[in-house]
Amino acid sequence: MDLGLTEEQEMLKKSAQEFLAKECPKKLVRELDESDTGYSRDLWNKMAQLGWMGLSFPEKYGGNGGSFLDLTVLLDEMGYNIVPGPFFSTVVLAGYTLLEAGNEEQKKEYLGKICTGELIITVALTELDGTYDAASINTTAKAKGDGYVLNGTKLFVPDANVADYILVVARTKKSANPDDGITIFIVDAKSAGVKYTLLKTLARDKLCEVILENVRVPKAHIIGNLDKGWSVIQSLLKKAAVAKCAEMVGGAQASLDMAVNYAKERVQFNRPIGSFQAIQHYCANMVTDVDGSRFITYKAAWAVSEGLPADKEVSIAKAWTSEAFKRVAVLAHQIFGAIGFTMDHDMHLYFRRAKAGELAYGDADFHRDIVARQIGL
Amino acid sequence: MDFKFTAEEEAFRQEVKDWLKANIPPRWFELTTGYWQETDESWKIARAFQKKLGVKGWLAPAYPREYGGADLGHIKRLILAEELTYHNAPVGVETEITVNWVGMALQHFGNEQQKKDYVSRVAKGDIVFCLGYSEPNAGSDLASLQTRATEKGDEYIINGQKIWCSYAHYADYCWLAAVTDPDVPKHRNMSMFVVDMKTPGITVRPLINILGCHSFNEVFFDDVRIPKENLVGEKNNGWFQLAVALDFERSGVQTAAGNQLLLDFLVGYAKSTKRNGRFLSEDPALRNELAEMAIEIEVARMLCYRIAWIYKTGGHSNYESSMAMLFGSELLRRMTDVGMRVLGKYGQLMNGSKWAIGQAEIARSYLASLSIGVGGGTNEIQKNIIAMRGLGLPRK
Amino acid sequence: MDFQLSETEKAFQQKAEQFVLSAMPPGYTDRCLYWPGAYGAILEFEERDPAIDRFRERMGEEGWLTMAWPKELGGGGHSFIEQAIFAERLSYHRAPGTDISTLIAAPTIMRFGSEEQKKEWIPRIIKGNLRFWLAYSEPNAGSDLAAIQTTAVEDGDDLIVNGQKIWSSGAHIADYAWMVARTDMKVPSHKGTTLFIVDNKTPGITIRPLINIVGFHSFNEVFFDNVRVPKKNIVGEKNLGFLYLMVALDYERLAIAIGGFRRQFDELVKYVKGTTRNGEPLSANPSVRRKLADLAIDIEVAYNFFFKTAWMMDNNQMPNIEASVLKLFATQLSRKLASVGTEILGIYGQLEHDSKYAPMRGQYSVGYLDSISAVIGAGTSEIQRNIIAQRGLGLPRK
Repeated sequence: MDLGLTEEQEMLKKSAQEFLAKECPKKLVRELDESDTGYSRDLWNKMAQLGWMGLSFPEKYGGNGGSFLDLTVLLDEMGYNIVPGPFFSTVVLAGYTLLEAGNEEQKKEYLGKICTGELIITVALTELDGTYDAASINTTAKAKGDGYVLNGTKLFVPDANVADYILVVARTKKSANPDDGITIFIVDAKSAGVKYTLLKTLARDKLCEVILENVRVPKAHIIGNLDKGWSVIQSLLKKAAVAKCAEMVGGAQASLDMAVNYAKERVQFNRPIGSFQAIQHYCANMVTDVDGSRFITYKAAWAVSEGLPADKEVSIAKAWTSEAFKRVAVLAHQIFGAIGFTMDHDMHLYFRRAKAGELAYGDADFHRDIVARQIGL
Repeated sequence: MDFKFTAEEEAFRQEVKDWLKANIPPRWFELTTGYWQETDESWKIARAFQKKLGVKGWLAPAYPREYGGADLGHIKRLILAEELTYHNAPVGVETEITVNWVGMALQHFGNEQQKKDYVSRVAKGDIVFCLGYSEPNAGSDLASLQTRATEKGDEYIINGQKIWCSYAHYADYCWLAAVTDPDVPKHRNMSMFVVDMKTPGITVRPLINILGCHSFNEVFFDDVRIPKENLVGEKNNGWFQLAVALDFERSGVQTAAGNQLLLDFLVGYAKSTKRNGRFLSEDPALRNELAEMAIEIEVARMLCYRIAWIYKTGGHSNYESSMAMLFGSELLRRMTDVGMRVLGKYGQLMNGSKWAIGQAEIARSYLASLSIGVGGGTNEIQKNIIAMRGLGLPRK
Repeated sequence: MDFQLSETEKAFQQKAEQFVLSAMPPGYTDRCLYWPGAYGAILEFEERDPAIDRFRERMGEEGWLTMAWPKELGGGGHSFIEQAIFAERLSYHRAPGTDISTLIAAPTIMRFGSEEQKKEWIPRIIKGNLRFWLAYSEPNAGSDLAAIQTTAVEDGDDLIVNGQKIWSSGAHIADYAWMVARTDMKVPSHKGTTLFIVDNKTPGITIRPLINIVGFHSFNEVFFDNVRVPKKNIVGEKNLGFLYLMVALDYERLAIAIGGFRRQFDELVKYVKGTTRNGEPLSANPSVRRKLADLAIDIEVAYNFFFKTAWMMDNNQMPNIEASVLKLFATQLSRKLASVGTEILGIYGQLEHDSKYAPMRGQYSVGYLDSISAVIGAGTSEIQRNIIAQRGLGLPRK
């Protein structure tokens, strides 16, 4: 048992902290939140130069050969600084889909360009039901000539507004088992018939409605096996859930740090409010949530990293961290009082993301259901 | 990072499991399901078992071999503690106090003679200590204690009252905190003593706990004369000793393992019990609640493992022990609450009722859970420690 | 005991309902985003809407604003229960209700003001077209109101006011400040603070907007730079301002928009019944059903606290505990309703109100943000708990 980070991971963490503190101040976060693109090309390029996009991908595709756990360390820091942009969709969603199911040619082309920062790619999975079940996939892909024609509406697609490619999860076959007959396609975002609209969300993250209308995709753009895409998505959802937890852990840590600092400084009734037992107990609850979330998240990330089944660990992490971040953010707000209720204050940036994080890749109920099965119920 | 145990550690776990299965008398399980359920019979079984553990070196696994310990590493101790609790072995508060508080403190602060007199006997399970800390007016605020130890010739004369002394009616010795210099400020006025419970002037009165068992006592000291050499460490240095004792390794993994035991019981029950024609395990609300408990046990376990790991890597726990205790004890209350819902109306049946589920462990834990999070520092005090020691929030 | 409304009360409730439905600006209920118990998304605090002004005037004309006041002061002499019944219907339809002028200013003037003040202010308040804002909080005086530093120094017939107020809801659309400032710095603030009225148009007042996290301009910072206020605007006696503030707390007991909770809940239930996910109606989902049932119970509890408080006031019992518990419980419920509601909406719960896919006009995502203010504004939950423990249960301060 070793619950510590390696020396390299500590260095990564520290350099990420320093870099983000300098390059991703809250002023930039706010500008990007308000913008239509939601990301800064300049910051993106600098992150690429640091090798962040390829951190956990094999060297032969231009990556650094790191592990999923290394990526977790980085995402933790990115969550702390709430870095806006398509890093998550490009690296976690698209990158791991390609790594797991892409053929050599696809990996060289797309994963390679992900590592260099040349490409932004996202995955279009959820539809109108807004759930992560195979049964909810109704977008169709019908064979025509040497390709497929895609039709349907994808909802809550992250960063489709800036993506060069969208990995579309579509139904190629109707069958009694909804898991069967799902295929993943690489769709050029500029293809005729692809239309996106930004959704207005609490977190101002750039979730989109993506409408596919007779979009033609060559056969060669299928990732993995025809009709067998759902197992790839299931594996991806585990990674995505843990990765999202890592961001949430960072966000919860930041919320805690901000609130504790304020509690030490803010004076009411002639004493720092942090000396009142009510506030101290809130802080104790918060740090327990933060530490607890971090451990179960890293345990899940470790299990994923080691190639273990990890179903239980992942669902434990996502179910608990989703709620823990919300609890922490709400208590932090409570400590800040009215000042935290203003747009100019940073706290709401985290509070908004707590909701978005909870909803992404299965909320607490969804994952508790998985845990119930895992403990034999 | 690496969250798994080594093959050697796993083998050790198996060894412990096998040994426990072979060595816990079946009668024990008929008598008790956990804390605060002692009877004279169960106490005898427990004491005999503890001596057996002592022979293995597992009663005081952290102690050096010269004192009868096993010199076990941090992780193996964690495993041992986990398995002892998970198997509901006859160890409990008395071993925690005797081995992990008193025996440890004696090794730190006792002189050579004291170490020789007591530590090995602790490790072998020959003697049991009770704690003489709390008083009627000194609970969470221990600094307000009033029991006096007055120096006179070769002796100290003790007068005062202690309360909540677990197993004082069985204990051989009392680990006593008493004021030795009333004229200096609190926190510099107190010393620690070993008091033989057979000394004249000691009166032990039972306090019956909410499970109906005699675990706690009031202990009265009326001109109790003890030899001077029973002072441990320097005079008036008691508060320092207590502060240092806070840093003794306490993973608290017992709370996680205890909750796991209850959860596994509940899962088994839910899978085998039908209500209104369907298994309880098919009820979505119960599934959700039981899953949440499994999740929280995992959190509790990690918070405890962290402590073992901190010590393993040469560190000291600061606020982390408080966090583990706090989380584990609050979890036990949630767990028994969930357990009560799973059992429905049957949940209220106590042991002795023919319709009681299992050994009525849920009902008994439901009551016992009230003490966890009160004894050994209330949850409120733990939160204060986390806030002030851990997060640096100001006292005033 | 009788937990039902009497026949008279039922008739009154119907009359109230009819009034609200007939007098409300058309479409207002479905336009308003107000979240029950919270402060950040109240349209009225953001802008002055002539249709709402007209609605208020009608409330004034028909006596609804003053229904519980004594008859001799132009009130309707209704019971508190009737007042509660009206307030419940009003808030159920998200109608603008009582405000600072009717809730705090008028009763205080009636009780402690001079005869001239009663003549000057009460008739205007009754008409429903006068708005006050509360000038209490300051940057260093939030929960600890005694720490206020704004000063009012006597100069001939005037007070000269200097200082800063903050969290001033609706100051930018109100007519007058209902204000406290230090008039004697040599004594503790509870003995040296004076309550007075300031015309917003007085020179030296600067109002700066603070945008809240919902995106509304409800708050302001207000700066006073040598602002001259005629002494005749002092309410009650000089230096007794905090006493009047404490007394006024009693008038606010029924200020919680109780009907708003049921309204939001009813709409949520309707949405759940009309929505399917993965081919299954949301209303069949056991987790959703449980969460809704839990909310329904809490709302019932809140209603009971509300009517119990009114009943006690009618029966000359001091609802000290009940009123604080009502405020605490209802504001915590505000938070819970938003939190659980957005959970039920699932991934759609994050869509903001102008998104086409947002369920129920995105009210729950507004609530998710706005309910943060519920447990902070007008006395934080922590302060409420202190009050319940100390004033209600007699626990010692030290």
